[in-house]
Amino acid sequence: MTQRLAIVSLMILSFSASSIADVTLPSYPKGKGKYCVEPTDVMRRDHFEYLMHHRQISVHLGVRSKRHSLVGCVDCHASQADDGTYISVNEPGQFCRSCHVYTAVKIDCFSCHAAVPDAVVKQ
Amino acid sequence: MMTNPANKPRRHFLGRTGAGTALLALAPGVKLVDLTLAKDEDEPASDETRWGLLVDADRCTTGCRACVSACEEEHALAKTSRTQLDPQWIRKVDLVDESNDRSVSIPLMCQHCEDPPCVEVCPTGASFKRADGMVLVDKHTCIGCRYCMMACPFNARSFVHEEVTGQKSYSPRGKGTVESCTLCVHRVDNDRTPACVESCAVDGHGALTFGDLNDSESTVSKTVRSQPHRELRPDLGLNTGVRYRGV
Repeated sequence: MTQRLAIVSLMILSFSASSIADVTLPSYPKGKGKYCVEPTDVMRRDHFEYLMHHRQISVHLGVRSKRHSLVGCVDCHASQADDGTYISVNEPGQFCRSCHVYTAVKIDCFSCHAAVPDAVVKQ
Repeated sequence: MMTNPANKPRRHFLGRTGAGTALLALAPGVKLVDLTLAKDEDEPASDETRWGLLVDADRCTTGCRACVSACEEEHALAKTSRTQLDPQWIRKVDLVDESNDRSVSIPLMCQHCEDPPCVEVCPTGASFKRADGMVLVDKHTCIGCRYCMMACPFNARSFVHEEVTGQKSYSPRGKGTVESCTLCVHRVDNDRTPACVESCAVDGHGALTFGDLNDSESTVSKTVRSQPHRELRPDLGLNTGVRYRGV
C-alpha cells in the first residue's frame, strides 16, 4: 500500500513538474518610464476595470484624462523595431498579446483601436 | 475602486457659478474673465455648451472637396475595394433651383440634432447625444443593426463593411459598427476646431464656422442671430446644430 502511494505521488509530481516546464511564461518588451500609472500587481489584476471605466467616462461624458486611457497604454508599451517603426502591442510576443495568450483571454480592442502610437507628423 | 464622475460636474458647476456671480457683483458691467472657460481634460462635457456649425453656401464652391479630404485624412477613412460602400462622414451635395437654375454646393454631414432620431431608435444606447450636443456612436455597444441609418433623415451615417487598419489613436473605427461625423470631438475637447472647418479656412473659402451656439459672444452664435439661415428639413423640428446660409 505504501509502495503504491509512493508511486502515485511520484507520478503526480513528475507530471506537474513537466507541465510547468512546458508552459511558456509571458515575456514582452519593457514599457517606457520607471512606473506604470498604478502598481504592477494592481494593473495585472484590474487593468480592464480601469479601461472599462475610462471608456465609459471618455466616450459618454467627454472626460479626456490620460491616466487610464488605452492610448496611454499603447504609447508606453508599444516597442520599436530596429528601424524605429512601432510594433503593434497585439503582435505575438508583445505587451498585450503575450499575457492574453498565456491566460487564454481573447480581446478585440485592436480591431478598432490603434495598436501603435500615432506617427509624429513632421512639420 | 473609482469615484463616481457623475457627482463631479455639479460641484464644478456650482463653484464656477458662484465665482461668476461674485465677479459680477464686484464689478457690474465689467467683464474680468471669460466665463465660458476651456474645458479641463478631466472635466465632463457640459450642457451649458451647444456646439454648432454654420455652413455658408455662398462661400462654398462647387467641385471643392477640401472638407471631405480633410475629414478622410483626420479619421483615416481609407478607400476599400468596395468603394460604393465606403463610409462617408461628409458628402458634397449640389442643389439646383429649377425655377432660376441657381445652384449651390453644400457639405452635408451629421446635423447633430437636439432631438436626434438615430438616438431614439437605437436598441442598445450606442447612439447617444453628449451633454454639449454632439451626436455620437459608442462603438463598444453598437451591434451594427443600422436602425439609426434608416432613421436619419440626412443619410448622414455609414456602416463599416470592411476590416479597418491604420486607425488613428483618437478615432477608433471598426468593421460591423455604424459611424458618422463626430464634429471632431477629439479636437474640440482640446480647444481646436474640426478638421473640415480648418481646411476650409486654409483653402480661403471660410464657408464653415464652428462654435458654441449657447455663447452669445461666439462668432457662430452672433452670425446665427444676425443673418438669415436655416436648418435642413425644419419641418421635422429636430433643431439641428448644423445650420446653412444661402440655401
